[in-house]
Amino acid sequence: MLLGPSLAVSAILFTLGVVGVLLRRNAIVLFMCVELMLNAVNLTFVALSQSLGLDGQVFVFFVMTVAAAEAAVGLAIIIALYRHRDTVNLTNINLLRG
Amino acid sequence: MNPLSGTLADSVGLLILLPLLGAIANGVVAIGWPRAKGVVTGIGTGSVALAFALAAGIFGVMLGQHPEAAHVVRLWSWMPVGELGVDFSLQVDRLSIIMALVVTGVGSIIHVFSVGYMHEDEGYARYFAYLNLFIAFMLVLVLGANFPVLFIGWEGVGLCSYLLIGFWFTDEQKAAAGLKAFLVNRVGDAGFLVAMFLIFRTLGTLDFTAVNELAPRQLGHGDVMATAIALLLFLGCTGKSAQIPLYVWLPDAMAGPTPVSALIHAATMVTAGVFLVARAGVFFALSPLAMAVVGGIGALTALFAATIGLKQWDIKKVLAYSTVSQLGYMFVGVGSAAYAAGIFHLVTHAFFKALLFLGSGSVIHALHAAYHHTQSHADPQDMRNMGGLKAWMPRTFATMWIATLAIAGIPPLAGFFSKDEILAAAFARGHDSPVWYLIWFLSAAAAFLTAIYMTRMMLYTFHGPNRTGEKEREHLHESPAVMTIPLVILAVLTVAGGAINLPHFLPASGWLHHWLEPVTRSASNLAGEVHLSGGVEATLIVLAIAIAGAGIWVAIKKLRPEELVSAARAPAETGFAKLLLEKYRVDEFYDAVIVRPVVWMSRVVLWKGLDAGVIDGAGVNGAAFLARTFGWIGSRLQTGQLGTYLFFFVLGALAIVSALMR
Repeated sequence: MLLGPSLAVSAILFTLGVVGVLLRRNAIVLFMCVELMLNAVNLTFVALSQSLGLDGQVFVFFVMTVAAAEAAVGLAIIIALYRHRDTVNLTNINLLRG
Repeated sequence: MNPLSGTLADSVGLLILLPLLGAIANGVVAIGWPRAKGVVTGIGTGSVALAFALAAGIFGVMLGQHPEAAHVVRLWSWMPVGELGVDFSLQVDRLSIIMALVVTGVGSIIHVFSVGYMHEDEGYARYFAYLNLFIAFMLVLVLGANFPVLFIGWEGVGLCSYLLIGFWFTDEQKAAAGLKAFLVNRVGDAGFLVAMFLIFRTLGTLDFTAVNELAPRQLGHGDVMATAIALLLFLGCTGKSAQIPLYVWLPDAMAGPTPVSALIHAATMVTAGVFLVARAGVFFALSPLAMAVVGGIGALTALFAATIGLKQWDIKKVLAYSTVSQLGYMFVGVGSAAYAAGIFHLVTHAFFKALLFLGSGSVIHALHAAYHHTQSHADPQDMRNMGGLKAWMPRTFATMWIATLAIAGIPPLAGFFSKDEILAAAFARGHDSPVWYLIWFLSAAAAFLTAIYMTRMMLYTFHGPNRTGEKEREHLHESPAVMTIPLVILAVLTVAGGAINLPHFLPASGWLHHWLEPVTRSASNLAGEVHLSGGVEATLIVLAIAIAGAGIWVAIKKLRPEELVSAARAPAETGFAKLLLEKYRVDEFYDAVIVRPVVWMSRVVLWKGLDAGVIDGAGVNGAAFLARTFGWIGSRLQTGQLGTYLFFFVLGALAIVSALMR
């Protein structure tokens, strides 16, 4: 029941997320792309739980919890970064260069 | 149960401990109170004299008990490793006690002489510390009950020899002479070590008693292994006892103080090789080839060194080459399985050669003092600066003549009996193998030359006009009693020493021969007894006396001490005499063939090539270069750009996923 289209949307969303993470340089946009990937995975879980049982739906709650926590920590880091360097453009942040 | 256990012989360890403690005490004094000469004298001579008294006590017990077997005193277990169980044990037997008596006896006399000779020296305490240490190690050498313990002594006396040759180490030449002695001896010691390995591998033991029992049973007559062991042991002997080809260090060793030359480089240490051949006689007796090599090298060395002795001007150099030559005789003796004869010559030689060296020390002391008074820089050891000294030094003169006649082989002095016995033994061995007739002939020729060069030395030193110099002459004087009394004691021993082993046609004959018989029995039996008929023996004795007499006569007739001029004005030598004075240029030959190539190898190949090039260059710097290169490549990956990291992360995730999906 709509399994095929659901997985297709999920795949498209995930790929968009990956491409966004690889190509964008703004930390906040990058962050949003990560959220996009997580939610794509959530969609896969929900779609597959229809045939495979409720485990998938339970996992979705875990993912959402972790994503909320991650968003809190990640946004805090970005704010600290912005205060320090006056930018959130990741090209300019390269302290680890060898 | 050995008859010696429970007697004084049990305290044989004390014999070594006494001079060792003396050495330590003197070493402490040398560091703390270098001016306390009285204390040093007491400790130095006292410890050795006590050791002599103890040795004499043990000898007295042995005379009463007549022990046949060796009494082994085990002090502690030294190397218990698997099959190898080496104890630090000492052995009192008929051979070792004779050697211990010679070492401590002659050692005591020379210590007393040193008190006079070294009195003005700043390193007085250090000198006695070394000398005591030498006595201790020499006793370890002769008393050791197995090869490793003997080897400790063997190396220890080598160390003391090095320290005492280079005693005046601020003189670069003297320090170099010490180094030369040490290095040349390493060559021989390598042979000794390999011989020990082979003995252990073949027989599974290194104890003398066990080796003497096992060797004849496990090794056949003429066995290659026996020959190899014997020849490698003999290589060690050629180093320590200054035989061809390793004799070159001994003449240079005269750089040390003269009493050291007397004690270490004439009477005791250099005879260690002879002692070793007698100790390990079974291996030599099992191999006729090794016996011939020992005898042949001995005879060649005897003749070779005697010819060099003919033309030396340095009084100590004459005696040094004479020592090399006489050691050759001892090897002819022990090589022909006449162990008692070899040891007999060792003992008598210790008496008369110590006397000659101490006499020369007395002469040098007088000349040195004279030149010191006038601030002259003339050489106090050059015989051309001596002459006519009998007027000033009658006691030295008389005692040295006695020793000269003894070494030349004039009866009834000690040297005559011992040398004659060796010549007779070599001649008798000719019955087995004709090469021994050649060895006998070479030895007899060397005896002729011995008489010549010794008489030459005496004529140039004590007879004719004095060449010391007008002003210096007034300062010449006989040495003090502390130096002349040892000379007199040694002269008495030189006269009477032959009595310990008179030839068999005299009453009370062959005491030493019978005394050593239990020790040398197994080796002598293996080598086979050889006897001379009475007529041949008498002929040989007459011949020996004739040779000695002829040598002295030729020297007196031919040499003109009154025509000599002092060293500073002497013309340069030419022709064969120059070659002899330059010692056949053997040192130069060794320098060109061995020393320079080794130094070149070390410097160019090993240092510049291998060490600096391969190890430093390719090894150390190469490793650093590799690490830096890989580090540089790795650091290029760290761009600091989050995108790069993410790109590789995604790439990796994709690779894992694709691998899992397959």
